[in-house]
Amino acid sequence: MAGWFGGRSRAERMATLAALPLLLVLVWTVIYPNVAVILGSLGHWREFAESPSDVEALKNSIIIAVASVAASLAIGVPLAFLLTRFDFPGRTLLRAAALLPAALPPLVGVISFLFLYGDTGVITRVVQIALRLKDVPWHLNGIGAIIFIHAYTMYVYVYLFVSAGLERYEASLDEAAIGLGAGTIRRLTRVTLPLLTPAIAGSALLVFMSALGSFSAPYVFGGGVRVLSTQILNSKLNDAIGLAYVETTVLAISAVAGLLLFRWLEGKRAYVAAGKGGASRQTVRSRWARVGLATAAGLIVLVLVLPHLMIVLVSFAKDGAWTTQVLPPEYTTHNYAGLFTENQLWTPIRNSIVMSLLATAGNVVFCVAGAYLIVTRKFSGRRLLEALVALPWAIPGTAIALGLLATFNKNDLSMGKVLLVGTFWILPLAYFVRDIPLVSQAVEGSLKQMDPSLEPAARGLGASWWMAVRRVVLPAARPGIVAGALLACVTAVGEFVASIVLYTHGNRPISIEILAQLRSYAFGTASAYSALLIGLVLIMALAARFAESRMQ
Amino acid sequence: MSEGGAGLVVDRIVRDFSGQTAVDHVSFAVRPGELVALVGASGSGKTTTLRIVAGYEQPDTGRVLYDGQDITRLGPSKRDFGMVFQHYALFPHMSVAENVAFGLEARGVGRSERMQRASAALDRVGLGGKGTRMVQQLSGGEQQRVALARAAVIEPRLLLLDEPLSNLDPTLRQSTREELRMTLKESKAPALFVTHDQDDAFAIADRIVLLSRRRVLQDGTPEDLYDRPVNRDVATFIGHATLIPAQRNGELAIVSIAGATHRVELSSFTGIADGGNGAIVLRPEAVEIVRNDGGDRWSATVMARRFAGAQFVYRLRLDSDIAFDVASRERIEAGAVVAVRVTRPVPMVP
Repeated sequence: MAGWFGGRSRAERMATLAALPLLLVLVWTVIYPNVAVILGSLGHWREFAESPSDVEALKNSIIIAVASVAASLAIGVPLAFLLTRFDFPGRTLLRAAALLPAALPPLVGVISFLFLYGDTGVITRVVQIALRLKDVPWHLNGIGAIIFIHAYTMYVYVYLFVSAGLERYEASLDEAAIGLGAGTIRRLTRVTLPLLTPAIAGSALLVFMSALGSFSAPYVFGGGVRVLSTQILNSKLNDAIGLAYVETTVLAISAVAGLLLFRWLEGKRAYVAAGKGGASRQTVRSRWARVGLATAAGLIVLVLVLPHLMIVLVSFAKDGAWTTQVLPPEYTTHNYAGLFTENQLWTPIRNSIVMSLLATAGNVVFCVAGAYLIVTRKFSGRRLLEALVALPWAIPGTAIALGLLATFNKNDLSMGKVLLVGTFWILPLAYFVRDIPLVSQAVEGSLKQMDPSLEPAARGLGASWWMAVRRVVLPAARPGIVAGALLACVTAVGEFVASIVLYTHGNRPISIEILAQLRSYAFGTASAYSALLIGLVLIMALAARFAESRMQ
Repeated sequence: MSEGGAGLVVDRIVRDFSGQTAVDHVSFAVRPGELVALVGASGSGKTTTLRIVAGYEQPDTGRVLYDGQDITRLGPSKRDFGMVFQHYALFPHMSVAENVAFGLEARGVGRSERMQRASAALDRVGLGGKGTRMVQQLSGGEQQRVALARAAVIEPRLLLLDEPLSNLDPTLRQSTREELRMTLKESKAPALFVTHDQDDAFAIADRIVLLSRRRVLQDGTPEDLYDRPVNRDVATFIGHATLIPAQRNGELAIVSIAGATHRVELSSFTGIADGGNGAIVLRPEAVEIVRNDGGDRWSATVMARRFAGAQFVYRLRLDSDIAFDVASRERIEAGAVVAVRVTRPVPMVP
C-alpha cells in the first residue's frame, strides 16, 4: 500500500538524504566556526568593554558603515536617474565608466587612491602646485578618507540596483501622477522613490555590509583610526586571540543586526512595482544643459578612470625612482617581466590562480547540488539549507577567517577538528566559504526561471534521473553556473581580507604580495600585480557577458 | 475666446516618430457631455492621439484646443483631464482610497476632505468600504473601477480612457460596458476613450471617430458608421460585411452575379456619381433564404452550416469568389442550391 503518499514521502526522504551531506559541510565550515569563535570569546568580554580602543573601534565601524551608505546613495541614486531617464552627449561613455570601480579588487582600489590622493599622490601634488600651497592640501587618512574610497567603490551597488529598478519601472505610474496634477517633487517623493524602495534598501544593505566589514581601506589609511576588522587582526598578531574572538563576535553581531534592520524596513513595504518598463529617455534639448551635462559627464568619467590609469601608469614605473616628482620619472617593462620570470614573484600569482580555481570548483559542485535541491524539491530541512548557504554573506570576511582559525587549528576528530591552519588548504577553504552565497544565488536564479514541470516531463518520457538532470536541469542552470563561477573566481583571485589572517609564506596570494611590495616601496611591482588583477577581472567580466549573450 | 467652440477640439495634428508617421492630420471634437470613442486597429494611431490629447506627447504640427483655448503645449498636470490607463497604473504602495485621493492631494485639498470625497467616489463605482484595501487585493474589474474613480474624483474637464475594457474577461466585459456608460454619463464630464473593439464603442459611445492608417476615416454616430459607411474600410471594419461589386443607377445598384443581373435598393451612396462603380455592403441581417417564387432572387450554394443557438448560420457562395453569411431557422445540407433575397436597402461605398 505504498500508493500516493508513500511515493511522495519517499521522494522527500531521498531529497533530505541528498541534502544531508550538504548540510553537514555547512555546519562544519560555517556554523561550527562561529560557535567556536563565540566559545573562544567567553571570559574576554570584560577586557573588550574596558578597552577604550575597542569601544572606539565599534563606534567607528558603525559610523563608517552608515556614512558610506549615505554617500553611496547620494551618488548612486541621482546617477541612476540621470543615465536611465535622460539622453545627453557623453551618456554612453559615462554609463560604461560608471561600472569601472567594480573592476577594482579591494586592496587595489585603496592603493590607486594612495597614488592619486595620498600625501605624495599625483592629484594632491598638482593641486598643491597649482594653488602654490606650502603644505599638501589634504591628508588622505582618517574616517573621511575611508568614507571617500568607500563611496567610490560602493556606489556601484546602488547605481546598479536603482538602474535595474528604473528599467523595469512602469512608466504609466509616473504619467498617472503627472496627469492627476502632481509636480516633479511630489511625483518623486510620493510615487517614484517609494516604489524604488526595494532597490534602494537592497543596495543600501549591500553597502552597509561591505563597509562594516571593510578591511583594506582602514588598514592602509589606518592613521590611528581603529575599526573592528583591523582590531581583530591586531589582537590576533598580538597573541590576544581571546580578545580577537570577542571583536569578531561583535563585528558579526553588528552585521547581522544591520541585515535584520534592513530586511525589516524592506518588509514594511511589501509590494512589487515591477512592470513592463517602457519609460522612454528624455533627450536633453536646452543647449546650456547639454554642454553642462557633457562637461560633468566628462569630469566624472575622468575621476572614475583615473585609479585604473594610475595603476597602469605606475606599473611601468621603475621601482624606487619615484620620489618627489608629480609623475614617475622613469619607465620600464621590467616590472611585468619580473612577475613571470622571478620565482619569488611568480609564486603568489600561481598560488592565487590555483587556490581560486580549487575554491570555485568546490563552489560549483556544492552550490549546484544545493540550488537544485532548494529550487526543485520539497523536503524537511529545505529552509535550513537555504538559510545556511546565504549565511556567509552576512558574516564579514575577517570574521569568517577567525572562525576557520578557531576550528581548523588542530587534529582532533572527536571535536570535529582538522588541522588546516598553516597549510596550503586553509585559503582555498576560506575562499570556498566566502563565495558559497554568491554562486548559490546565481544558480538558484537560473533554476527558478526554469519551468518546474520540465524535469518531471523528462522523467515521464522515460529519462533516468541522471539523464533528466544532465539534459534538462543543467542546461537551464548554465547561465547561473557560468556567471556564479566567474564571479567567485574573480573575488577569490583578488581576495585580501581573509587571506591576511590565514596565509602562510607558502600559499601567499597576490594581494598579500602587493602589500609586501608596497611596504618595501616597490610601487612598480605592486602596481604590475594590481594591473594583472584588474586585467583578470575585466577578462572574466567580458567572458561572463559573452557567455550570457551566447546562451540567449 | 471661443475659437473652435466649447469642449475639446483636435485640429489637424501630425506626429512623426523618427520618420514614421504615427498620426497624420487627425481632427475631431468632443463636445460638452459627449462620449466619443476613438476606434481603430493596432497601429492606427489612436493611442498616440490620446496621449497627445492628454499632453504626454506633443504634436509636430496642429493644435489641441479646450473651450477655445490652445492647450497644445500645456503640461499634462495642468490640463485638468482625468486619465484611465490601459493597465490602470494604480500606485501599488498606496491603499485604494489613497490612490483615489492622490489627485486631490496634488490640488492641496485637506486630508479629511479628500478622504471623504475619495470614499464618495468609491461609493459611486460600487466599491464603498474597500478604501483601506491595497490595490493588489482587488480583482481586475475592481481595479478598473478604482482607476475610473481616481480619474473622476478630481472633477476633470475631460475624461480620457485608454482601452478601458481590454483587461477584463469577456463576460465581465459585457456588464462593465453598461456600467461604464452610466458612470460616464452621470459624471457629466465629456469623455474620450480609445478602443480596438467596435462592440465597446457601440455600447458606450455617442459618437465614433474611426481611425485607420493614422488618419480619420469617418466621424459620426454608431448608426452612421454602420448604415452609412463612407468607404470600404469603414464598411468592413464596422460589423460583419461582404462587399459585392455594383454599379449605381439612381437609388438602385445593379449587381451581376454569375451572368444574372439583379437590382438592389440603396440606403446611402456617399461619393458615388450616378452610373459610377463601387460595391454594395451586404450584412447578414439584410438577406434571407427564401423559396424560389420567381421574384428577383439570387441563387447561391450552401458551403457550410454552423449552429448558433436560436438559428443556423449558413456560409453561402454566390460566385467563385463571393461568399457571405445568412441566418435561417431551416435545416439545409451543405451543397444545396438555395434562393436568396435582399430584404432592405443597403449602403454602397466607392
